[in-house]
Amino acid sequence: MIRIEGLTKQYDTTTVVDDVSFEVERNSITVIVGTSGSGKSTLLRMINRLVEPTRGRVLLDGSDTRSEPAYLLRRRIGYAIQGNGLFPHRTVAENVATVPRLLGWPDERIRARVSELLQIFQLDPALYADALPAQLSGGQQQRVGVARALAAEPAVLLMDEPFGALDPIIRAKAQEDLLEIQRRFGTTVVLVTHDMDEAFRLGHRIAVMSQGRLLQYDRPATLLTHPADSFVARMTGLSDRALKLLALTSAGEAALPGRSEGPRVASSASLREVLSELLWRRTDSALVLGEDGAPRGQLTVAAILARAHP
Amino acid sequence: MAITAPRERVDRLGLLLTVAGAAALIWLPFVVFKSNRIVPGEPRGLHEVLPLWAALGVQAVLLGTAAVALGVTDARKRLAAALAGIVVLALAAAAAANTLTPPGNKVVRTALGGAAWVLLLCLGLMATDAITRMRPGPLTRVLLLAMTLAVVGAALSHGTFDNLSVMREYAVNARRFPRELLRHIWLAGGSLIAAVLVGLPLGILCHRVPRLRPPVLGTLGVIQTIPGIALFGILMAPLGALAARVPAAAALGVSGIGAAPAVVALFLYSLLPIVANTVIGLRRVSHAAVDAACGMGMTGAQLLSRIELPLALPVILTGIRVVLVQNIGMVTVAALIGGGGLGTFVFQGIGQTAIDLVLLGAIPIVALGFSASVLLDALIETLDHTSSASAATRP
Repeated sequence: MIRIEGLTKQYDTTTVVDDVSFEVERNSITVIVGTSGSGKSTLLRMINRLVEPTRGRVLLDGSDTRSEPAYLLRRRIGYAIQGNGLFPHRTVAENVATVPRLLGWPDERIRARVSELLQIFQLDPALYADALPAQLSGGQQQRVGVARALAAEPAVLLMDEPFGALDPIIRAKAQEDLLEIQRRFGTTVVLVTHDMDEAFRLGHRIAVMSQGRLLQYDRPATLLTHPADSFVARMTGLSDRALKLLALTSAGEAALPGRSEGPRVASSASLREVLSELLWRRTDSALVLGEDGAPRGQLTVAAILARAHP
Repeated sequence: MAITAPRERVDRLGLLLTVAGAAALIWLPFVVFKSNRIVPGEPRGLHEVLPLWAALGVQAVLLGTAAVALGVTDARKRLAAALAGIVVLALAAAAAANTLTPPGNKVVRTALGGAAWVLLLCLGLMATDAITRMRPGPLTRVLLLAMTLAVVGAALSHGTFDNLSVMREYAVNARRFPRELLRHIWLAGGSLIAAVLVGLPLGILCHRVPRLRPPVLGTLGVIQTIPGIALFGILMAPLGALAARVPAAAALGVSGIGAAPAVVALFLYSLLPIVANTVIGLRRVSHAAVDAACGMGMTGAQLLSRIELPLALPVILTGIRVVLVQNIGMVTVAALIGGGGLGTFVFQGIGQTAIDLVLLGAIPIVALGFSASVLLDALIETLDHTSSASAATRP
């Protein structure tokens, strides 16, 4: 889908991004994570050419992104940023309609799309379409920012610390919404964050960057079990890596055959949540229920613990 | 009594204005009578120029206004009282002039005395203070201005004040006055338009190319420090030479003196506020909004016209307001080099020691500047509604 080949950005003598190559799978969420100054934002901005690379190239569905003018490329790629970047002098509906207008969609199609998106993002069009961004709460503004980025149905969505300005509760909700939206539209998402927990919560793949270099690009579990070096191990957190690993597996995946008289847990719950529940109730096993409410198997503390290390 | 209602405190501004007005009425002449336009005048008090009942009536109204100024907090009542005072005072001055002027006599002059000026100033302050306390919206302020101008215009054209000295000067210059007024507006407005046409693109350029900012703003800043009269002088030589060498320029009316150096000088003075405010306004635009606009595929021109300029407009208009009010004042000096405008009356009046002629030029200049600033303030406030609201929520 997105193929990044030897991407390098130098300003004078400093190298901000140093020979980074990796491939982003279609319909997945890839999280680029790193400390500030690691070059993660610059890497993201080279994908839609807000920053032009010094060397290397980006292939989108096999074609070089430099084969068309940058502004045309950007209209095909969704872009959402920290602090949402809404236009303060334009209404919510006008903000969301930005890219469709640039693309010259007919008015009727734009109106229908804006209304659809506002509903998807739980913003009643009758109440919010004609509101100005300043009249919205921070969480609502952020949702409008993502809705605007998705307005022209882009196959790729780039997000630069999109939840950085939100408080923890609203942030968790926004992360859930993103997962939901990504499943719904099958959008390929590349998201930049400095928050490793966010990376583990959202990423199908995680790229760890430091000082302009890509240290490791892997599935979250592999990052925990086989960190490429001590920096990645420290980034992913040494003290709670066992619990992080448990958080990455769902009860449904780990369920064993058999029944249990213990508490009932949903198959979508993570092993970490199930373990916490069992410890809290001082019982040894739980019954895993599928989405239809039918028993899918059982989990014991011992079985969970067996999955808490590589 | 254990519980007492908190006593209304005396209004401080009201107290100051009352003391100033009362002192003026006691010690200063209400009008000054002159047997011709340039001799020093003889002071006349209120009771000397009006019948007893009328003089007492005027004093009663002024006392009432003072009472409102001291003790009433309702802004509407304060405004009504101040306006009543101004109307009564104006009518008293007109009546005094009519009494002192023998029928058909065009030589004697009746000018407002110190008391009348101070009282008008005090009442004007009380009225503007009341309007400020009412916090009227932009449209209301423009309507108030229009109503004021309409009432004054109607009174003047009706001939109510024809026997006052300033109107006598107007009568003498009636044919020249509209011409000089229009010329004044044209000089101030024309140089402003030229400055906007040049300054706005220059400001945008300075914003896009940060390297240009220090030299451009520095140069314009130096121009601002040159005194107006000196700049006119500096421009005389090159413009004179231009007119002498290039006949086309001369045909367009360019010459070392007259309107050309005045317009060029005002244009140069106008550039700094416009360029600087354009740069500041563009820089104030939320960085995230600009980044998002670029990231969504706006071209440079779309970014400028749809995002940057609309968001910078209130700040740019503030610069234009400064320039317009500044120009309306500075055009006055252009009269010295033959540029025309209302300054012509001011400098003629100074030359002839005819203070009434000076006022004939000066009062409309003040009125023009005041009106321009009210109009543009209202416009800025209307446009800034959205972006000031957003500034409040920015982290």
